[in-house]
Amino acid sequence: MLTDNRSFYNEILTEHNLRPLHKHPLPEADYELRGVNPSCGDDIILRLKVADGIITEGAFTGDGCAISQASADIMLELVLGKSIPQAEHLANLFMRMIKDSISPEEMEELEEAGALEDIAHMPARVKCAVLGWRTLSSLLFEKEEA
Amino acid sequence: MIDPSIRRDFPLLQHYPELAYLDSAATAQKPACVIEAEKRFYEESNANPLRGLYPLSQRATEACEGAREAVARFIGAAKPEEIIFTRNATEALNLAASCLGSSLQPGDEIALSILEHHSNFLPWLRAAEKAGTRVRFIECDDRGHISREAFLEALSERTKLVAMTQISNVLGVENPIREFAALAHERGALFICDGAQSVPHMPVDVQALDVDFLAFSAHKMGGPMGMGVLYGKKKLLAKMPPFLLGGEMIEYVSRDGASWAELPHKFEAGTPNAAGAAGLQAAIEYYEALGWEAIVAREEALSRTAFQVLSALPHLHLLGGDSPEAHHGIFTFTLEGVHPHDIAAILSEENLCVRAGHHCAQPLMQHLGVNSTIRASLMFYNTEEEIRRLGAALSGVRRKMGYAD
Repeated sequence: MLTDNRSFYNEILTEHNLRPLHKHPLPEADYELRGVNPSCGDDIILRLKVADGIITEGAFTGDGCAISQASADIMLELVLGKSIPQAEHLANLFMRMIKDSISPEEMEELEEAGALEDIAHMPARVKCAVLGWRTLSSLLFEKEEA
Repeated sequence: MIDPSIRRDFPLLQHYPELAYLDSAATAQKPACVIEAEKRFYEESNANPLRGLYPLSQRATEACEGAREAVARFIGAAKPEEIIFTRNATEALNLAASCLGSSLQPGDEIALSILEHHSNFLPWLRAAEKAGTRVRFIECDDRGHISREAFLEALSERTKLVAMTQISNVLGVENPIREFAALAHERGALFICDGAQSVPHMPVDVQALDVDFLAFSAHKMGGPMGMGVLYGKKKLLAKMPPFLLGGEMIEYVSRDGASWAELPHKFEAGTPNAAGAAGLQAAIEYYEALGWEAIVAREEALSRTAFQVLSALPHLHLLGGDSPEAHHGIFTFTLEGVHPHDIAAILSEENLCVRAGHHCAQPLMQHLGVNSTIRASLMFYNTEEEIRRLGAALSGVRRKMGYAD
């Protein structure tokens, strides 16, 4: 058949979508960037505070599908308190998990973000899952390279 | 009478028996006769139409011209040369906008309905921009209905072109084309009708409607992809400049220029999709064998079921008319608290194919105040059971997304 019968929408995703931990405004943020998926209307604004190279605070606002919103929330949960190089490492792991595969040890590093592993079976939704991470990368990592 | 046994005519539906294909407004499944006709063209008639002087080329020419006659008969055109073959309805509308737009003068006006698919919207905006003319929008109410007053409000004595769909691809609402075309003509304007969603689902007679142009796609009526039609009144087509230039559309070419071929070839530059034409003819003959009465009765019955099932679901908001007759098999809705892309993904897990998004009609979505929606659309090969499966799956979506009900 065309699809398998696993439901992609596991409890981790629905919980982060319905009751996000980091979806709120963040006044006086050091970094702010909008991330958009024009074809499906996912639209977030990611805000961060960074002190001494550590992401101390972070939040997002916006709307979109459950995958985009839950993934952004899970990402913030994961990168808060991490250094910028650590966050970049996690972003690379996340991208590799979706596009290729990662080891069980690497999967453990991603914690709840591992719940999005199966997005690879839904090519049309990959852009939703990576929206938060893509926005984080443009905000912190690409800036550093430039 | 059409019943679910008709599904035997559709190889894809046989190939995926568990699949509920509810996206026929995007593209319809193809009956075996259409697939066979395309194949047979390549096996028995393949040569370049119009060019060769040998019998095989003559067969290819006949495939194109036979299809043209079938289309003319199907939509009630007075003459086969009023049928221009294009790649799809989008290209047909671009042809109309480009070739009609070139005769617009600054100060002229184009009237467009806000219900339009982008393909009957953007080409006219560009034509207006090029000619320095104004575009006026024909507004609909929040159920998609365009009143006579709203129509007339967008027209003036300067209106030269009016473009409107017969059936909205988002709401399924039908516009009174005959009445509006007559009102446009009273003011000296031409009327261009997008028939992409109507021609596959209801008898359309261009002379009875008295539209000047009508566009539709073969693939939404079981015909092949890559095959579309622009109907135009002969006296109008004759005055229009050609669209694309090249082979098969000229009469004579010299260093100084060219004179154009007779209709319809003036508008059909290059080697045509002759196999596609053969496939379209097969689709038309399939419709003719089923008969409009049976097709319309079946689709109306399915529409009633869908309207009933969807209207009964809590948290579901159906857009468009408040009766099944106002939908023509097109049901667009939102479900409170769940993004349409997630709904479509969850339905897909249960082998239900629906469309999610803006349906290429963003100005209408903005007018209705919604970002993104789900669309389930029906064709005579769908079944009551598929619609009930859709209802059952939808009733479980919110729970799957973590809501208590």
